Amino acid sequence: MSKFQLNRRSLLQNSAAGILGLSAAGIAKSAFASDLTVGIVYVGPRDDFGWNQAHAVAAAALKEVPGVTVVEEESVPETIAVQKSMESMINLDGAKMIFATSFGYYKPFVLDAAAKYPDVEFRHAAPLWTDADPKNAGSYFGYLDQAHYVDGVAAGLSTTTNKLGFVAAKPIGTVLRNINSFLLGARKVNPDATVQVIFTGEWSMPVREAEAANALVEAGCDVLTCHVDGPKVVIETAEARGIKCCGHNASQAPLAPNGFITGAEYKWETIYKNFAADLAAGTVLPNFTGGGFDVDFVRSTPYGAGASEAAIAAADAARADVTAGKPIFTGPINKQDGTPLLAAGANLDNYEPSLDQTDFLVEGVIGSIT
Amino acid sequence: MGDDTGLMTVLLAMFAGAIRVSTPFLFVSLGEMLTEKSGRINLGLEGTLVFGAMSGYAISYHTGSPWFGVLVAGVAGSLFGALHGYLCKLPKVNDIAIGIAMMLFGTGLAFFFGKAYIQPSAPRLPALSLGGWSDHPGIRQALEINPLFLLGVGLAVLLWWALKNTRYGLVLRTTGDSAPAALALGININLVRLLATTAGGFLAGIGGSFLSLYYPGSWTEGLSSGQGLMAVALVIFARWNPIYCFWAALLFGAAGALGPALQSIGISRGYHFFNAAPYILTLLIMIVSTSPKRSLKGAPGELSITK
Repeated sequence: MSKFQLNRRSLLQNSAAGILGLSAAGIAKSAFASDLTVGIVYVGPRDDFGWNQAHAVAAAALKEVPGVTVVEEESVPETIAVQKSMESMINLDGAKMIFATSFGYYKPFVLDAAAKYPDVEFRHAAPLWTDADPKNAGSYFGYLDQAHYVDGVAAGLSTTTNKLGFVAAKPIGTVLRNINSFLLGARKVNPDATVQVIFTGEWSMPVREAEAANALVEAGCDVLTCHVDGPKVVIETAEARGIKCCGHNASQAPLAPNGFITGAEYKWETIYKNFAADLAAGTVLPNFTGGGFDVDFVRSTPYGAGASEAAIAAADAARADVTAGKPIFTGPINKQDGTPLLAAGANLDNYEPSLDQTDFLVEGVIGSIT
Repeated sequence: MGDDTGLMTVLLAMFAGAIRVSTPFLFVSLGEMLTEKSGRINLGLEGTLVFGAMSGYAISYHTGSPWFGVLVAGVAGSLFGALHGYLCKLPKVNDIAIGIAMMLFGTGLAFFFGKAYIQPSAPRLPALSLGGWSDHPGIRQALEINPLFLLGVGLAVLLWWALKNTRYGLVLRTTGDSAPAALALGININLVRLLATTAGGFLAGIGGSFLSLYYPGSWTEGLSSGQGLMAVALVIFARWNPIYCFWAALLFGAAGALGPALQSIGISRGYHFFNAAPYILTLLIMIVSTSPKRSLKGAPGELSITK
């Protein structure tokens, strides 16, 4: 009996203290209008040397912004699990802004959550938002093909066999666009260059990626790059076989101390910081934001030991050109089957919307989509 | 002529791929063969493989000795095996269910402890260059062979001989074929099965360390992508014969290399089909080699899947 009372008393005391503490915290919080909690959901581990790491690096930069708290959850599958993660960030951590960083999160999970929590802003890392979707949802995207174009320029001057290798995951628009831009970069400085592509069919399949990298080396390629979630295996295989390589998604420079040329990296932190600043200032967030070098959404990895003087000079010039808006797709360009894509003198803007749905490979790329 | 060199490239790539990719299949299937010969099935070897890969990589990173990593991976694997063996001896415990639980447990534990080892670079296992006699770079590359592969080949032959010709082999086979007969002979069935599962786990752990320490040679969470499960199927396919296990592992390795190799010489249409080659191959051989009139030849009589 007395034990019960003691318990009840201490319980009452504790909860009174708790309520006081909570309300104090609430007061403290409302004193700073710019306080913002941001939730970020990743599909894989944050240190995968790839897609997720690129986002995690940006999250770390966002944490440095005063008044911003970042809550993160990694390895969240593209299932109902992501909706639960987002809701727990909103309800338990008080997140007002959610970054869903994987392609498959969008439909239906981000859309459902956006409808359910109209005062929370949701942004998703792929160009998927349309006018029909909730106004508190949106997309952000970095046009990495611009950086792959710069990689291609450096790679075109680094090859002696004129064969470049590309390990690609799936033949979707973004991947095909990166392959095409890589080839166009290489052809700009080296008209004999070809890009041989091997599709693995999966975003992450280390053994098959290693087999693909080895097969490309056997076929005579002496520069490799890739578009898979975690480029670690491809870069390490290239280094082990004594050839050069270009990175993808995040910096892989430490993995290839001898052969690393440069790499195509996202710079999500620019986007994240822009969003946080807009929200703090009370301005309406854009529903779609995308860009490349010109708005600092993508960057090139600092040159490694594999980059020659000539390659560095040409790549720097190419990056300056793209930043200034000079088009990557400059005619004459044929598709792989020989049908003309662009006539001589014609060109496509670097943000031409039809390039988002790229479903072809350009002449000079060896490999088939189907 | 162009076709000839293309064909040669593919054949060479399949040969090289068979040697590069087969080792984990070989070790896991030999381990599973031992376990199944004792009358139990351990489906948890996928988890053991992944944990072996993680622990081998971690130990190699901390001690600087990849061979010590291989040993620790084996020991960690044998602990998983021993746990499976112990749990299955308890009454009314189903070995398949425990196996699935162990698979999830091993993978989850490996991911948990493996977080810290995705970024660092650990020393790898060295390769033996056996291709010095050839001046063809492809052949020389294909004959960069890891000692673990040779060890696996030796082990397959040793197991094949030992199962037939030694007392230990006889005890193991008796236990697996007929528990009552083994009891009548005074054999401690549970002990034999515990030891067989432990040894099987040891081999699977070593197979895992090959993945992280040699090929593809780094620790990532998607490293195994089901190879441990495929190796279990491979044992049935190999009819519980260690020598057949070796050939089956080689075949799976070569089939896995087929897709990328064909794409590298420009045959890239239908790469999804070629990437699925190992699985299609398994299905075909299973269909061709089964018969409704008899049970699988060489199958241990006590095995719950063939009972």
